[in-house]
Amino acid sequence: MKRATLRNAALGALAGAGLLTSAACGSGFDDKPAAPAQQSTGPASLQILIGSSGDAETNAVRQAADAWAKASGSTATVTPAQDLAQQLGQAFAGDNPPDVFYVDASRFADYASVGALEPYGDRIANSQDFYESLRATFTYDGKLYCAPKDFSTLALIVNDGLWKKAGLTDADVPTTWEQLTSVSEKLAAKGITPLAVGDTRDRIGAFMVQAGGWITSPDGKQATADSPENAKALEYVQSLLKEKFARFPKQLDAGWGGEAFGKEKAAMTIEGNWIKGALKADFPDVKYSVHELPAGPKGKGTLSFTTCWGISAKSKYKEQAIDFVQAMTTADQQMAFARAFGVMPSRQSAKDAYTAEFPGDAPFVNGAEYAQGPVNAPKMESVLADFDTGIQQLTSTSPASVLERLQKNTQAALGN
Amino acid sequence: MADMTAPAGGPVTGARRPRLSAAAREGVAGWLFVAPVVVILGLFMLLPILMALWVSLTEWNGQGSPFRAGVPFVGLDNYARLFTEESLARQDFMTSIRNNFYYVLIVVPAQTVLALGLAVIVNSRLLKGRTFFRAAFFFPSVTSSVAISVVFLFMFANSGAVSGLLNLFGIDGPQWFSDSRGTLHLLLGALGLVDPDAPPAALTDGGPFGLSWWEWLSGPSVAMTTIIMLVVWTTSGTFMLMFLAALQDIPVTLEEASRLDGAGRWQTFRHVTLPLLKPTLFLVLTLGTIATWQVFDQVYVMSQGDPAKTTLTPAYLSYKTAFRNFDYGPGTAISFVLFVIIVVLALVQRWVLRDRDAVPRPGRRTRRGKA
Repeated sequence: MKRATLRNAALGALAGAGLLTSAACGSGFDDKPAAPAQQSTGPASLQILIGSSGDAETNAVRQAADAWAKASGSTATVTPAQDLAQQLGQAFAGDNPPDVFYVDASRFADYASVGALEPYGDRIANSQDFYESLRATFTYDGKLYCAPKDFSTLALIVNDGLWKKAGLTDADVPTTWEQLTSVSEKLAAKGITPLAVGDTRDRIGAFMVQAGGWITSPDGKQATADSPENAKALEYVQSLLKEKFARFPKQLDAGWGGEAFGKEKAAMTIEGNWIKGALKADFPDVKYSVHELPAGPKGKGTLSFTTCWGISAKSKYKEQAIDFVQAMTTADQQMAFARAFGVMPSRQSAKDAYTAEFPGDAPFVNGAEYAQGPVNAPKMESVLADFDTGIQQLTSTSPASVLERLQKNTQAALGN
Repeated sequence: MADMTAPAGGPVTGARRPRLSAAAREGVAGWLFVAPVVVILGLFMLLPILMALWVSLTEWNGQGSPFRAGVPFVGLDNYARLFTEESLARQDFMTSIRNNFYYVLIVVPAQTVLALGLAVIVNSRLLKGRTFFRAAFFFPSVTSSVAISVVFLFMFANSGAVSGLLNLFGIDGPQWFSDSRGTLHLLLGALGLVDPDAPPAALTDGGPFGLSWWEWLSGPSVAMTTIIMLVVWTTSGTFMLMFLAALQDIPVTLEEASRLDGAGRWQTFRHVTLPLLKPTLFLVLTLGTIATWQVFDQVYVMSQGDPAKTTLTPAYLSYKTAFRNFDYGPGTAISFVLFVIIVVLALVQRWVLRDRDAVPRPGRRTRRGKA
């Protein structure tokens, strides 16, 4: 037995070492230069932990943090996390959390409900300027906890080449569910897979919003999963899947919708604005256009994904931290981030400047008006993961039973 | 392997004068020598295990130390919830137990038989280039499991090598990693016993621990079979080495004697070689059972429990519950249940493998005692 534990420990160590080295390769060399540059003394020394999308984001945040540090006489150390959720969990448990850190919208309620976050949101100047849907996402128990950093929404991405090949024109881009079905028939007739769509609530959920439903009530207190609207949405998705009009990325040998789209295995996909960077990097030859998602029975609907600048309730430098977030969320700074790593500003006052600079992104930005944020309630992660499992089996199970299960589990998690 | 090398190195003690102070001094010296290991094991194994045990009895929310006053103590609630309460947590846990059960059921016998077969082959005096084959079979065992998992990801991709190979033979292979269908379901369907799309109500209506009988009877999913193949392939090398060492310990004379007595090849193997391998067999089966119940790396790298939770295992579920959902109490409770499962199974194996030897002995012993 001891041998087994030793062997397992060795295995674990090997695996860990493997992960570490691969992670180290991924993060690049920019970990080092920042550390010596942060030696100046100041009234506050902020630790900032970010879940970076890549070097571009890390460098842009570092630059902005350095500028703030210089102006305020403080120091600000930006650390990109390898696994933000896990590192934050460890830091909270160790009573030594970073002062400022990214909080993903889907995990926000978990943190807020255990008192890990400082509810500073409305102390940010002009906090009403943040999009209402984003404010709602980061509001818990009636308090705006943190300032949204930026956001993304889902849109319909169309492959121009495949579109032409199937004899379709711009007028054929679907704007309703009916049109989506009919254009899919045309594409399928030419042997082209019409739609690649991710197999989780983060994509399929958009159909629920378009049908007028959602998993919880707007305040996140009631489970509304088994509504007829949600059933209608899942029945529609099921019909797309059964006709093979829609395929999950894995079925197309891809890790996500953008990859399937980039490999030209599907003519359309539903993804957020991050797909631009991915296509540019991995599939630069694919010509595509971006459109708002087709409207359902209750009109337009999409999902928003966002991150906020969380401030630890245990930070020693809350005032300076709020000042730091203030500097990070000005319209100008958000535009600088937008240019650096392609995110959309969370302030409405930056909308015009953004659409002027990135006209192709209008469909994404417009989505903010009617977007639904992630489920805003704690302890929902495993429930939603279970729902994803239901979605993955949608071709062989009935939508009603999937929703019934989701309803039951959501009620248990929300305690009603 | 340890018990095989032990007799060779047994030193003759007691040559010195048997004075008490000397014995005491020896004791102190002994403790001094083992102290580093005791301290390290205590600090880095025993203490964390005890700390985790405490966490599993609380509803600690991950804020601050779990050893402060004010951390809600819930007794055995976290454990009870895994077994008695109709909830998602129990369903996930039972699904993971089911998955892992089928996994162990296939991997342990398969890797043991394969390892034994390989060991017999490379031990044979007729085989040319034995060293090469030994190295080749052992190679997967020394390669990082993460690296091998990634290679398998490519091999079993829908346009990967395995699907390509099957296509050569005109077989349209499954979409390995997105296929959540249970193989037992598929088998039952192929035999025409049950229709997998519309299972009989008798099976779907109820079952123990929140899963229906139909769900319990799924067998490993197609996605899980890829992990099974991977693990059988990688671990058989290690176990081959153990069998090989044991085979080389068996005196050739025994084999020759049995041949002279008229035993065939198979009879020699069955009645001479195999009984002599019993301690090694126990070792291999125990190590195999422990490792398979703890499967984590492959799941973490290859599937993360997907598709449809059919590759979810207790070890991975424990990690996910604690570090993804911040339910540290239930997460650690799962790992302790896993611990108990492994200990119980190891004891059962010990009992099963020892029992057959022990049965005829009492008679002999009493006879000897009287004589």
